[in-house]
Amino acid sequence: MIVAASSIHVTVGEVAAALALVAIAAIASRAWHAGLEEDIGVAVVRSLIQLTAIGYVITLIFDQDSALLVLALITVMVVFGAFTARHRASLVPNAFWPLLVSLAVAAAATLGLVIALGIFPATPRYLVPVGGMVIGNSMTSAAVALNRLGEDVHEQSRKIEATLALGATSSQAVTPLVRRSLRSGMITLVDSTKTTGLIFFPGTMVGMLLAGADPTDAVRLQLILLYVLLGAVSIAALMAITLARRNFFTPAHQLREPPEP
Amino acid sequence: MLFEVEDVSYSRAGKLVLHDLSARLPVGASSIVGPSGSGKSTLLRLLNRLADPEEGRVVYEGTDVCERDPLELRREVSLVPQLPALIDGTVHDNVAYGPRLAGHSFDARSCLELAGLDPAFEDRDASKLSVGEQQRVMLARALALEPRVLLLDEPTSALDRTARDAVEATLQDLRVRTAISTVVVTHDMEQARRLADYVARVEGGRITAQGSADEVLDGEIESAIATAEDAT
Repeated sequence: MIVAASSIHVTVGEVAAALALVAIAAIASRAWHAGLEEDIGVAVVRSLIQLTAIGYVITLIFDQDSALLVLALITVMVVFGAFTARHRASLVPNAFWPLLVSLAVAAAATLGLVIALGIFPATPRYLVPVGGMVIGNSMTSAAVALNRLGEDVHEQSRKIEATLALGATSSQAVTPLVRRSLRSGMITLVDSTKTTGLIFFPGTMVGMLLAGADPTDAVRLQLILLYVLLGAVSIAALMAITLARRNFFTPAHQLREPPEP
Repeated sequence: MLFEVEDVSYSRAGKLVLHDLSARLPVGASSIVGPSGSGKSTLLRLLNRLADPEEGRVVYEGTDVCERDPLELRREVSLVPQLPALIDGTVHDNVAYGPRLAGHSFDARSCLELAGLDPAFEDRDASKLSVGEQQRVMLARALALEPRVLLLDEPTSALDRTARDAVEATLQDLRVRTAISTVVVTHDMEQARRLADYVARVEGGRITAQGSADEVLDGEIESAIATAEDAT
């Protein structure tokens, strides 16, 4: 591995060597009959293909220095993110649209704000990686929040209908569930932000340190990203819940899937 | 007439639960009786728009319920579900829930007393009450809305005999002390006789008999005796 002042060159052989660690995971799964060997194989192949492809795409975008290409890439990530997340929110009716809107708003609001505040310049070199992190974390947060909301509405349909029977609107009937879902969507990132530097080193900081950057710069950039991500996941989770909660009800404040009599 | 249900059909998960059902429920104490799965609870939910029929209509005091604001209708025609489903908090929080949403004043202690609960229960944690006590809190919080009609879905099915008798006594007391009309769903014919003057019998999603309680329930007993005699 050759490390220059601000860049790092990694050979294919070094990547292949890292597969030894994947072999340990596969052996552990087989030994304990966890049944994950096939998933591990798929994960390795998919990560190889997807990251190699996106590497070439990012190289092209950096070379072209085109805002339109950045926008196109972020749009594709948002759409794929919404498609992926909807499977985890399978108990939420028509979850795709709330997820699509929430990821798009989280990405637009967060990237717009970091540019407006002068935190990052509006160039592909910053917008592409930050956009990817924002959308990835927002997708997880929105999916977890909606998954929890779907499970809670399903489990508590009797309580919700009893509340509707007292003249509550559909929004009022699910308010206690919204709190819990929002918390579920955000708690992972909040906890990891609390323990960052103590229990784990975040990826960006590790990458910069490996690439030979000054540790102070690495830490500052990482802090900016953590704070940006906290904002993004809260926007994504809150917006996804706000939009999706309506899908459980008819306009007449009736549960679309009422409890069994 | 309090409710007129006209040619109503309703399906659930692709299965027809109510078939072209028509019924009339007068002002006063009525009961919808029938075996489990006959559609009687579903019929009750149509009366205050917790669900809307796919075909037909439900008329309440001369107006199609679909023309009424569903939230206002549910405050006027209040439903107490079969199983207690209280919100987290005290008994007072539960009794206060509906009136606060509507911006009405209320007297929690008198509602508890009307529902047959000691007003001293007001500050108790609702989740720590017995099922019978929780069912009474459900009744008290419905009464706090000062409804004109109470819809009660199998109000004693989760209770033991003593608690059942106490809830029935409370409902009979309500008939004497208030002008609230009641519609009680039950599978227990004798309970229908004790709690209602008018009875509609539902089987397989259709009305098979309706009329005064004595008329319908005596017919039910005669039919059961005839079936037993045929079997022997």
